[in-house]
Amino acid sequence: MKSQLLSLLTLTCAIMAVPTVRADDLDITVQHNHLQFGQAPIPIALSGFTGTGLEVLKFDLTVQGFSFVTPDKAAYLVHGSDAGDVSGTVAIAGGKQVILSRSYNGASIRREAHAFADEVVQAITGKPGIAETRGGVAKIAFKAQYPGGAGEIYMADFDGFGAQEVTSDRAIVAKPAWQTGRLALYYTSYARGNPDIFYHSLTTGQRRVVAGYSGLNTSAATSPDGSQLAMVLSRAGSPNIWVSNFDGKGLRRLTTGLEDSSPCWSPDGQWICFATKDHARRRLAKIPAGGGPIEYISTAGTPNPTEPDWSPDGKWIAYTSQGSEFDICVAAVDGSIRPQDLVAGQNPSWAGNSRTLVFNRGPEGRQTLSVLDVFTKQYKDCHRVAGSCSQPAWAK
Amino acid sequence: MKSNTLFYPLLIVLAAVSLATTGCKHKPTPLTVLPGQTVPPTTTDTPLTPAPPIIQGGDTFGRKEGNIATADINLENYNQDRAAFAANTVHFKLDSSVILEKEQANVAAVAAALNSSVNNKLLIEGHCDERGTEEYNRSLGERRADALREALVGKGVPAGNIKTISYGKDKPVDTGHTEAAFSKNRRGEFILLTPKAGVPGV
Repeated sequence: MKSQLLSLLTLTCAIMAVPTVRADDLDITVQHNHLQFGQAPIPIALSGFTGTGLEVLKFDLTVQGFSFVTPDKAAYLVHGSDAGDVSGTVAIAGGKQVILSRSYNGASIRREAHAFADEVVQAITGKPGIAETRGGVAKIAFKAQYPGGAGEIYMADFDGFGAQEVTSDRAIVAKPAWQTGRLALYYTSYARGNPDIFYHSLTTGQRRVVAGYSGLNTSAATSPDGSQLAMVLSRAGSPNIWVSNFDGKGLRRLTTGLEDSSPCWSPDGQWICFATKDHARRRLAKIPAGGGPIEYISTAGTPNPTEPDWSPDGKWIAYTSQGSEFDICVAAVDGSIRPQDLVAGQNPSWAGNSRTLVFNRGPEGRQTLSVLDVFTKQYKDCHRVAGSCSQPAWAK
Repeated sequence: MKSNTLFYPLLIVLAAVSLATTGCKHKPTPLTVLPGQTVPPTTTDTPLTPAPPIIQGGDTFGRKEGNIATADINLENYNQDRAAFAANTVHFKLDSSVILEKEQANVAAVAAALNSSVNNKLLIEGHCDERGTEEYNRSLGERRADALREALVGKGVPAGNIKTISYGKDKPVDTGHTEAAFSKNRRGEFILLTPKAGVPGV
C-alpha cells in the first residue's frame, strides 16, 4: 500500500516537473489518468470514536477515498474521542509515527469532526479536505419535490444535515446554483406562473427575478469569477444557451441550435460546456464563453450524455448518461482516457477537490442525495430531507 | 478562442482576479439565513430588455425552426380553458420534438379554432416522460411546445398569440413506470386563453 502511494506520488511529481509535452509525457499523462480511476482506497483503522463523531468521520473519509479496516491491514491508525469534544491523532501504521494530533472545542461535535476529517485528509494525502469551507461546514443546495410537482429549494451541509428551506412558495422549482464565493443562489421557480430564474440572497432573504422572459428561463450557472451567468432561455424561439452579467443585464445569445440544455463553465472561465443535439444525436459540446465555434466532447461508450459539470481542476466533465438507467460518468476533457461509467445516479456536482461529487440516485419520486468519490467509486447517501431530493449543487 | 492581442492580457487578468478572490482568507461570518421572503412581483423586477423582433416574411414562417421569438402574453389577463382543446393533445416519440403525421389533424383543428376568433390566444404546455434528466427534459418540453407553435404559425396563427411553457417531467398525466404511461406523458397540451372581461388593451 505504501509503495503504491509512493509510486503514485512519484508519478505525480514526474508529471508536474515536465514543462513540455512530448510523446512519452503523453504516455505518462494517459497512464496517470488510467491509474486514477478504479484505484484502491487508502485503508485506515478508526478507534475511540463512538457517536456522531464516528458517523461524520466515516462519511467524510469514505467519500474522499478511504476505507476502514482492522489495524493489521491499515496504512494509518486514526484514534481519538468524540465524547464532549473531538480530539484525535493519526499515526503511520507499523512505525506508529504520529503525523497529526488535534483537539477541538467551541463548536458542535459534528462541526469539530468535519474539521478533524479535513486535517486527517491533509495529513495523509497532502491535499486539503472538502468538509469545511469559508469557516463552516461545506454546503450544498438542492431541490426537494413532492408528489404533484411542487417543491422547495433547500440548503444543507454537504452530508444532508442541518437542512434549511430557502423557498416557501409550494411551486415547481429547479436547478439551484450558487453564486461563486457568495451566500446567494440562483434557481428556477414557477412561483409567478412561468419558469423564471431568481437570484436569492441567503443573508438577507431578499430575491428578485434576473431572467423572466416569456418561454423557458432555467439552468442558471455562474462563471468561476462570479461575474457572469449562463442560462437556458427560449426567448428567441428555442431553448439555447445565453450569457448575462450576474444581475441579468447585458444579455447575449451564445447558441442557436434547436435544443440546448445545462450550461456549465470551465474553471478558467473561458468555455461553457452544455448538452445539445447534433442531427438528433445527443452530445456534450463546449463553446468559447465569448462566442465562437462549438467543439464536441467525447463521451464514447456512454449513451445520451447530459447535465455536465466541469471539475475545478479543469480535467474532467462529470455528467449523467441516459441508457436503460441513469449513470454518473466522467469524461476527460483532453480525451486522454475513455469515459468512465461509475454508479447509477443523476446530476453530478463537483466538490473543490475534483474527485468528490454530490449527485442524486434512487427510484423516481423517491430520490436521495449521495456523495461519491469518482476514483474509488465509494459513495455515501446523505441524511434524508423531506420529499424526493435532486439537483444538488456544491457551494463554490 | 480568439487569437488577438487582447487574449493573453485578458487571460492574465482573469487568472489574477480568480487568484485574488480565492487567495483571500475570509473571516468566518456566522450564517444567518432568514426565511425566504417573497418579493411581490413588479414590472421593475424583470429586466426590461426587449425581445428580439419576430422574424418577418412569408417564406420563412413555419420553416425557420427554432427562431420565432416568444410572445409577451400576460396570463393574468386571460381565463384558461383546458377543455376546449383537450381532445387535440399531441403526443411525441421518445426524446423527440418532431410532430408526427398522425398529429397534423390536431394541429389543424387548433389552428382553425384560433383563426376563427379575434381575441383568443393560446398557451402550449410541453411535457416529457420520466426517462430524461430534469433540466434536459425542461428543454425538451419547451422544444416540443415551440415545435407546435411553429406549426400553428405555419397555418396562419400570429406568433404573438401563442405562449409556451415547459414542465419537463414535473406533471405527468400517468405516474406509472410503463411504456403505456410514458407515451401518455410525452405530450403538448393546448390551453385556450380567453380575455378576461374588463381588462383593457387585451
